[in-house]
Amino acid sequence: MAKTVMDLARGPKYVLPGSAACPGCGAQIALKWVLKILGGRAVFVIPACCTSVIQGPYPKSAFKFPVYNMAFAAAASTASGMARALRAMGEEDVHVVAWAGDGGTYDIGLQALSGAAERNEDMIYICYDNEAYMNTGIQRSGATPPKAWTKTTPTGKAEMKKNMALIVAAHGVPYVATASIGYPADFLKKLEKAKQMRGFRYIQIFAPCPTGWNFPVDKTVEIAKLAVDTYVWPLFEVEHGKLKITVKPRRRPLKDYVSLQKRFRHLTDADIEELERAFLSRWEALERLEAQGTIFL
Amino acid sequence: MIQRQAERGKWDIITGNHAVAHAARLARVKVVPAYPITPQTTIVEYIADFIERGEMDAEYIRVESEHSAMAAAIGAAAVGARTFTATASQGLLLMHEVLHWAVGSRLPIGMAVVNRAVGPPWSIHVDHQDAVSQRDTGWMIQFVSSNQEALDTVLMMYKVAERPDVLLPFMVCLDGFVLSHTFQPVHIPDQADVDAFLPEYRPPHWAMDPDRPITYGNLVMPEREYMEMRWSIHEAMLRAKEAIREVAGEFKRAFGRYHGDLLWEYETEDADILVVATGTLASEAEEAVDLLRSGGKGVGLVKVRSYRPFPGEEIARLAEGRKAIVVLDRSLSFGQAGPLATDIRAALFTAGVSTPVVGFVTGLGGRDITYEDIAEIVKIAEERVKEGRVRPVEWYKLRR
Repeated sequence: MAKTVMDLARGPKYVLPGSAACPGCGAQIALKWVLKILGGRAVFVIPACCTSVIQGPYPKSAFKFPVYNMAFAAAASTASGMARALRAMGEEDVHVVAWAGDGGTYDIGLQALSGAAERNEDMIYICYDNEAYMNTGIQRSGATPPKAWTKTTPTGKAEMKKNMALIVAAHGVPYVATASIGYPADFLKKLEKAKQMRGFRYIQIFAPCPTGWNFPVDKTVEIAKLAVDTYVWPLFEVEHGKLKITVKPRRRPLKDYVSLQKRFRHLTDADIEELERAFLSRWEALERLEAQGTIFL
Repeated sequence: MIQRQAERGKWDIITGNHAVAHAARLARVKVVPAYPITPQTTIVEYIADFIERGEMDAEYIRVESEHSAMAAAIGAAAVGARTFTATASQGLLLMHEVLHWAVGSRLPIGMAVVNRAVGPPWSIHVDHQDAVSQRDTGWMIQFVSSNQEALDTVLMMYKVAERPDVLLPFMVCLDGFVLSHTFQPVHIPDQADVDAFLPEYRPPHWAMDPDRPITYGNLVMPEREYMEMRWSIHEAMLRAKEAIREVAGEFKRAFGRYHGDLLWEYETEDADILVVATGTLASEAEEAVDLLRSGGKGVGLVKVRSYRPFPGEEIARLAEGRKAIVVLDRSLSFGQAGPLATDIRAALFTAGVSTPVVGFVTGLGGRDITYEDIAEIVKIAEERVKEGRVRPVEWYKLRR
């Protein structure tokens, strides 16, 4: 990658000031980077999610790129239609991006996503994962981590979080990656790689939410970094079926991560230990998958 | 000219679904998202064949549901491609959310709906509940009565839908099995003639384009233009009445065929009683009119081709001074009445026309209704009017 993070920061802006994002919004930080890498040469489908609001109300928009707002379940299917129509019309240099939250990806949009992945539609699907239905006011989703408080899990979520990136990778698509705004160089490298490829590419970016997770608005990037360092959000990619863990941090105690967020404030030390074991097991499973070579065809 | 064009195409004996597939090919649609459902299935099979044999140049998206089929059609239309899909029954119901979305976005998507009953219990046979349940989405909805009319109406559909003064999606409805799987002689026009009639689509409004970035469909607050946008859809729908008339005229000049515009009238001029029906119930009613007239009854037929926009004023004008209007509905608004009868009563009341409207709900789930049945229905209607006992709903061929 020729560009540095600072070069990109100085370049043209596509997410303009004056958006309706909450202060410290992780999703908006991620979106800015995506547009920088794609240089604005993209058409976006945005299903119901925080970004439906972040762009700002009609007749204004904080987004200087084409956006089609779509119904909740239909990000990947709508993007499929766009990608095929562009091909039919001979448009070669325009990326089609589906930009969806975790609800629109892990839950209501999963069927359309699976169909588009299976058909290897030519799009970049980006899930910004803020681990709950934040736009509707903090309700649990398939992406909410275990024990986390939300308004529909007032005593903490009982279930694990879906292994969404691996679910997508199991379709045998060309490229799947997890990313974090806490590790921008890794994120940008993955975006750059996805941009150069064709077919179905999936990036799942960790998007801390100060409003829903209840942490100070200046801690967004720090929390994103801590999620990686505590093995809550492993950074890996699956390229043509081969899994690679792209960042292998020295593991920090989970307490460093959960203690910053009030959604976890009801956790006992035993809860934290149990969670730590769960995340560590997932990390070890990833290491085994990495060691296996090609895992998905 | 018309003679030459009729010679230029070719005649074939084909099903309604095959006719629809030919029409999609001739319309040079660029994107076809397809999901199979009985009795629509052969439409998307024929189109797959056309594409894979190189007879049709279109992107074919084998989607995983009808919701995705319509969403993909919306995506394709949002970047400016002419788009076609087809469905039936449960598939159309699954699309419902995104049918609204296509209208709100003013995307002139074309669709064939092969009318089929709605479950449960499972029924694959003809019934209009599927299409009628989409009445208030803002789609133009047109029913056809023959395979030729199906082919021709799909071609006219794009011409109407893509007009800058309309820009609304359009569904052409053909009766499951009765048309979809029944062979009839059909004239398949020549490609060059269709190209002359239906030029390439270029979106006259916005399209998703990085060189002209716009944000489409973001949040609208109550005091901004949400209500005005809804109003503009209604206005476009009203303009579509004129567009449908004009395009039917253009089609007649180009191809020599005319199936009516919003309505098709048969023997109405001196009729005391008008039968109003849609789809193949209307073609059956045409036979019933002949039968009744041979027995000396002054009966005529008004076939409603365009269900939305609804030709209420036109029907009210036709109804004025008649003894009775007999409406056949192959669907039902539970707890109210037949939807077509309800619309017609409203139209007549609004126009100050007091002709009694006798509404029959019949033929649900594919129950066979013959021309003799319709003749019987007319007799029952006459009795009701004579006795002054017109009720909201008359059931015909109901066993209880």
